[in-house]
Amino acid sequence: MNVRLYVWQRGTAALMAVLVPIHIAIIFYATRQQLTAADILSRTHGSVVWASYYGLFVAAASIHAAIGVRNILTEWSPLADRVAGWCAAFFGGVLALLGFHAVIALVLT
Amino acid sequence: MSGPQQELSVSLWRGGQDGRYENYTVPRRESQTVLDVVTYVQRHLDPTLSYRFACRVGVCGSCAMTVNGKPRWTCRTHVAKVAGKGRLEIGPLENLPVIKDLATDMAEFFQKWQRAKGVFAPSQTRHDPIAQIRPNTPARMAADAAIECINCGVCYAGCDTVRWNFEYLGPAALTRAWTLVNDQRDAGNRERLQAVAANGGCHSCHSHQSCQELCPQTLNPTAAIAGLKRRAAAAYLKGEIKI
Repeated sequence: MNVRLYVWQRGTAALMAVLVPIHIAIIFYATRQQLTAADILSRTHGSVVWASYYGLFVAAASIHAAIGVRNILTEWSPLADRVAGWCAAFFGGVLALLGFHAVIALVLT
Repeated sequence: MSGPQQELSVSLWRGGQDGRYENYTVPRRESQTVLDVVTYVQRHLDPTLSYRFACRVGVCGSCAMTVNGKPRWTCRTHVAKVAGKGRLEIGPLENLPVIKDLATDMAEFFQKWQRAKGVFAPSQTRHDPIAQIRPNTPARMAADAAIECINCGVCYAGCDTVRWNFEYLGPAALTRAWTLVNDQRDAGNRERLQAVAANGGCHSCHSHQSCQELCPQTLNPTAAIAGLKRRAAAAYLKGEIKI
């Protein structure tokens, strides 16, 4: 861990401290209102706001998790720092890919 | 005698890194310290036992060992405090290579002080007037809080992050860096913040606070490292240091 990774990890954590409660509130709202998948998709379709909100969420979560995984690998595995960095970047890339795929499905379906 | 027990069962680490614990029986005495126990074994039972000590009064920081699983300064640790069932297990400090028996190689520990730029960088010469230091400024109070470190290595031996990441500078070196960062007479802060912000620097700390709990001088290295994290992050965001 160095200061660059630290700033990115803490910065994304600060962002998620705001985004996660909103996400949980949305889940509560959707379940209490008994919204179906079709109801939800009808509200999110074509919405720039939902695309921005969950796009930002995916980006922050991917960066934050990748840095955390890098830390775990460097401290708990025999991998060299550089290899651990590449593995973590791959993990973050997969998370981003899956997340953005879901966001696209949410607003373009 | 402070208790009914007349003898103490003591296990001491013997050999190098791949050594083993050997058992000894030592007479129990009043106000006996762990260092007294080790010294008794060396003087009366086995003169080949190697260990390190100097002042015997908690000043020099050279007698730290692992006592019943925890790193401690042995000269100021009373047997009555740590040998609950009349048993003591005394080993070398962890996270450091064992030279022999209870003596560890402290070279890496002190090299990390150098890597953390733990050397005072003067901003004035001897020809300048003596700096006027106000003791009640926040910076000076932060420097004073950490200045009593005796380099015993207890915090380093008890640090989980050092155990997992040998590149990590450790609590003692970083506490020294924090002292100098807060010393208004010092002129080496940019290089120091650059050094502690690199891989293995202050941002590797997980804030487990073992250093704070174990420090025999009751210093708080975790707080010092947290201060360094903030200061180095601010310097990075301002572009004063680069990674």
